[in-house]
Parts: sequence; C-alpha cells; structure tokens
Amino acid sequence: MDRSTRIKTLAALRTQLAGLDGRPVAGAGVRVALGAPAIDATLDGGLARGAVHEIYAARPADAAAAAGFTVGLAIRAAGEKPIVWVRQDFLDHEAGRVHPPGLADLGLDPGRVLLVRAKDIAALLRASGEALRCAALGAVLMEPWGVSPLLDLTTSRRLGLAAEESGVPALLLRVAADPAPSAAATRWRAAAAPSAPLEAGAPGHPAFDITLERRRGGAAGETWAVEWNRELGVFRERPALSGAVVSLPAGRPHRAGAPDGGLRRAG
Amino acid sequence: MAGCGAPDEPPLVIAGKDRGALRLSATGRKAARLGLGPGLTLADAWARVPDLDVVEADPGADDRLLLRLAAACERYSPSVALDPPHGLVLDVTGCGHLFGGETALCARLGGDLKRAGVGARWAVAGTPDAARALARFGKSGIIAPGTDESAVRPLSIAALDAPPDTLLALRRAGLKTIGDLAGRPSAILSARFGEALAAKLRRTLGRETAPLTPLRPPPPVRVERHFPEPFLHMEQMESVLAGLIEAAACILEERGEGGRVFEASFFRSDGEARRVAVETGRPTRDAGAVLRLYRERFETLADPVDPGFGFDGIRLGVAACAPLGAAQVSLDGRAVEAAALDGLVDRLVARLGRERVLRFAARDTHLPEAAFAMRPAADAAPEAIAWTQPPPDDPPARPVRIFDPPQRIEQVAALVPDGPPRRFRWRRVTHDVVRVEGPERIAPEWWRAGTDGVTRDYYRVEDSHGRRFWIFRAGIYRETADPGWFLHGLFA
Repeated sequence: MDRSTRIKTLAALRTQLAGLDGRPVAGAGVRVALGAPAIDATLDGGLARGAVHEIYAARPADAAAAAGFTVGLAIRAAGEKPIVWVRQDFLDHEAGRVHPPGLADLGLDPGRVLLVRAKDIAALLRASGEALRCAALGAVLMEPWGVSPLLDLTTSRRLGLAAEESGVPALLLRVAADPAPSAAATRWRAAAAPSAPLEAGAPGHPAFDITLERRRGGAAGETWAVEWNRELGVFRERPALSGAVVSLPAGRPHRAGAPDGGLRRAG
Repeated sequence: MAGCGAPDEPPLVIAGKDRGALRLSATGRKAARLGLGPGLTLADAWARVPDLDVVEADPGADDRLLLRLAAACERYSPSVALDPPHGLVLDVTGCGHLFGGETALCARLGGDLKRAGVGARWAVAGTPDAARALARFGKSGIIAPGTDESAVRPLSIAALDAPPDTLLALRRAGLKTIGDLAGRPSAILSARFGEALAAKLRRTLGRETAPLTPLRPPPPVRVERHFPEPFLHMEQMESVLAGLIEAAACILEERGEGGRVFEASFFRSDGEARRVAVETGRPTRDAGAVLRLYRERFETLADPVDPGFGFDGIRLGVAACAPLGAAQVSLDGRAVEAAALDGLVDRLVARLGRERVLRFAARDTHLPEAAFAMRPAADAAPEAIAWTQPPPDDPPARPVRIFDPPQRIEQVAALVPDGPPRRFRWRRVTHDVVRVEGPERIAPEWWRAGTDGVTRDYYRVEDSHGRRFWIFRAGIYRETADPGWFLHGLFA
C-alpha cells in the first residue's frame, strides 16, 4: 500500500470514528488538500475544515506574503462558497488595504468576498464568531493587528468549537505578533521567498517559505518552499532555485561542500 | 412655557437679541399678569418691574425640546408635524378609540405634558389650521365635527398668521375677526391680499383641508400595544416586541410584502420615547430573524434602551416594504445557502453598522485607486462588471495589498533616469531590487473632467529577500523635472 492510499484509509477511519462518538461529522473530519503531496502527507491528507488555523508572518515585512498564503489556503478551503474576511481598521494604514484586483489575480473572485471592518479586536472576534456559525460560508479569514489579551486560549477554543460545529475553517492571519498558546489545529509561519524569474528577469509567481510550526496531535517543524499556482488553484512545491545560489563552475565535484572530500588541503 | 413660580419668586422672563435690542421672547405667567409680553425690550420691562428673573433665550434648545415632545407624541398618532414656533400638529384621525375616545386621549396627552413640566394649549378640530387657530387664539377644547366654522368665527384675524401689514390693512378696514372676513367674497379678498390669505381663511374655517407634512412619514405597516401599567424588565419588553413582530409579519403576509426597515418605538411612562431600527438586506417577514436582529442591536447599542420608570407602550412600524412572494425552496439548497448568507449580513449589519459590512465591485477604469469600489453589502447589488484576469501562466499583475494614498519611497537609485529602480528605501529599510518588470505606463484620464494627474510608470519589483512591491514613478521626465517615487502596493 503506498503512502497516499494509507492516508486516505486513515482519514476515512477517522471520519467513521468521529461518527461513532456521536459528534457531528459535518466539517470536523473533512480535509482539503493543499496540492503539494509532501505537505498533504504531513497533514494526514490536508487542512482540517472545521478548525482554526493560524498563519503568522515571519517578520512584519512578510505581512503581504502571509496574506497571499492565507488567501491561497482560503481558496483551497472554500471551494465555490463565499468567504468572509474580517479585518481590523488599523491595518488599512499600517499594512495596506485589501486590493480586490489583486485577489482576482490570485484566483479568488472578489465578488465572493464579504469584507467586514472591525474597529477593534473585540468587535473582530464577535463578528468572526457570528460568521463561523454560518455553515453556508467557505472560510472565515480573520486579520487582527498586533497582540491583544483578548486573543487567548479561551478565545481560540471558542472559535474552534464554532468552526467544528459549522465545518467552516477559521484562518487567523497574524502580523506583528508572536505565537501564543492556542487551540489551533495548525500554526504556520509564512515568509516571502524569491520567485522563479520569468523571461527578462521579471518577478515570477507568488512564492513562500512556509513552516508548519505546530500541529495538534502530530509532528511539526518542517519547512517547505511553495509556489501558488493560480490556474489550478493549488500550492506546488518549488524545486531548488538556480538563481538564488551561486552557480557552480564546470568540472568541480558536485559535493563541493561535503565534509569529507570537499575541502582543499593546503599542502 | 413653564415658570408658574412660587408666590415669592420674582417673575420669569426670557430675553434674547432681536432687532438690535434685548427683547423678551417669552414670559412666565406671573410676568404676563404684570403686563409684560413678548416683543417688549428688556430695558422697558426692567423699568416696569425692577425685580425680574431674566433667562437668556436659546432657540436651539427650544427646537430640541419640541422635537423630543414630537417623538413622545408619536405614541398618540403616527403622524406628527411641527408647527413652529412651539407648536405640534397631530393627526388623530382614527386614533381616539385606542385610548377610549378623543376626550380620554386629550386628557392623557395633557397629563403627560403636565408631568413633563410643559404648559400647553390645545384644540381638536376638523382641519389642522382650524385646530391651530383655536389652540393659539381660542380656548382649549374639542370642537364637534362640522362646527369648525362657528368655533373659529369669533377669533381675531391674527389667527390667520398673515404678514403684519396685511393684518394692519384688514384692521383699518374694520375687519377684526375671522367671522368678519368669512362673509366677504373670496375673490375680492384674494384680489386685494393674495390667494394665500384666501386659502388660509378657507382652511381655518374648515371649508377645505391641507395635507399635513409629518416629521416622519407614518410607516405603511404598524402595530402597537399600550399598557395601563408600565413594565420595567427588558425580558417583558422583548416578549412584547416578539408578539408585535409576529403581528406585523401576519399583516405583511396578507399584503404579499416583506419588510426591509423595522422601527420599534419604546414609549416611557415619563414621556420619553426611544426608537431602535433594524434593516434587512432583502425583504423578510420571518419573525424569528427580525427578533434576532433586534437582540443583536440591543446588545451593541452604545446607549442602551433604558426603561427608566417603565415602558407603557411599544409600537413597531415597518418603514419600508417590498413585494415578497411565497418562497419555493429549490432542491439544490443554493437558495438556502444564499438566504443563510443574507441572514449573516443582516446580523453583522445590525451589530456593526451598514458601512462596515462591504462587498467589492469592479469599476471600469484603469486607474488603480479607482478600479474598485466598496459598497455596503446590505444594499442591492448593481450589475457587476467582471474582474480582469491576467493571461494564463502570468504572475499576478496587481498587488494583494494596496496603500491609499501611495507611500513615498526615498533614495531611489536607477541606472538611467527613465529606467527601473535598482534600490529604494521604504519605512527606513533599504531594498535591493533583483528582479523587475515594467514599466506599465498608466496615464491620467484626460477625457474626464477634473483629472490633473501625471503619467505613472509602474514597476513590479522583487528585492533580495523575495518581497515583491508595486512601485511607480509619478511623472515622466517630459512632464516634470524631478519625478517622485511611490510604493502603491505589496504582492504576495
């Protein structure tokens, strides 16, 4: 049995078990694949729908990259359903506004997005809680700014329960904040990565370095270099970039930096 | 208005600046008995009565009080109009039976005003003008239907509210009461004093009626309940409101309509009135959903509904209705999902306000800052323009984040003046550009009035850390000598 079949069997068994527990299977067990096989294998088949997922920008300057990665996750998770994007007002000045033509260029029809502007984190949490209870949604994207005592373990548990009940994933995009204890199913750290250049040295498709920092009930810590493919609406693992490293001179041994053979000895 | 005053208090007068002098604008009863009246200069008043309690006139406060009284009077009639100065007109047609007859209604209204500390004169008559004339120049009371003319006839012609020179001319002609005028042919009056006076006379005599312009148009559907004893608890209030919403839903169903704006008025026993409105995105007569919206609204009111000494009446008006046929549930569940989303929008709007729940709409322009609009999601969607998509296999041409206004970047180094930047500084960090695409030249829309911009050259650039920016040079060298550089957006 190859790995992917095993993953599918396991996922099916989990769903069955959840059904036996008497818990609703509406969203909790459903997983959406991200498209990159290595990531999906680590995630046991993909991102759980009825759960909270946190995406942290590695540095404040990576906010746009983290937003791009989150929009990608939302597109994967939502399918054809509408998306609610709850945003704190302060972000408009600090991190820029949501730019619908840019969303369209990532493959998300802006007509499907409902933008909710919250004036503070308390309002943001209330609106998100309300939205998470609406099973007609594909995803709820929450974007607070900075740290707040309101974003604690209890809050994230509450959001998690609401998400589990409705089967709507909650994507919490956090900028200018350090990870805090939470009940999130996964926690990601996203950073911008050099893109594969097009002809004439033009910047290429959106590329990210993503780290799965935490995963409930599973190993974590892996880092992947991924690229967002708009046509297929999937993440793809990126081959190592030739442009980012210095090209090797011809005739030099391939394992130049290897500890045993590479170093030239003075002699 | 008020100011009866204890026997030992000095007479109260209210004075304000009028025609270059301080004049009395109103007087208390005691001052009136001493012969002081509006229009007298304050100096003259002092000369007559040295011991006066003078208060400065504040017309703004008078207007606010009148508006508050108007809101409180809405419990007696949905159609309340202002009659400046200091007057209100209520259309009580068909309202009397709710209070046990017009006499009882007037008694209750009079009691309310008295408790609020407002002295009032009032009259009930067949036309607004007749009632106004009787209240201001006659004596308070209810005029039996059809007897308006005989009641109004003895009043002074001042009740016609005509300009002073007209009144003077009439008096000189010996016409002192409305009755004197009523006997004259209307054509002669309008030829001498204008049609307005003749019309006013006809209306005051009850021969014709003019439509009232209410402060707020009465809602097409309204249900209300009044209680002999005020109640204090919010739970009771909610259950009454739930009953009213259900009653309104029944009326809406008979009319084949749904409500879009619901307005609940809570009348407090001390005369205060509070209105709370909720809106829905599409017409509805789902009583449960409307009640849920009200619960959301009550939770988030900055100034909560305060029962005070208790509510003694609640009215629910449906201020805006729209046709709503019986719904047929489609089998694919799409309609159910759409309805669920509409419900969510309504709840969010009730909680946060309509300008905070938005949808994007594309606009037909190539100027980046004008290419999209944000519209309240509660509004009906206008026909949508399709969003432009980049050609397949091209990376995004527009950033995922945009700055409004664009942010200035400094220390931009380019190899040639017209060329792409090699390095720039934004928010105190220097970025070395390793990849670049451009320029995409965007010219201002010269064919529209009021555009005075410069041509912008947009570049998509990527720095050595892989961060992608959308930057532009404002102006080409042909247009300006020293074009500035700006950062407009961030790519994912």
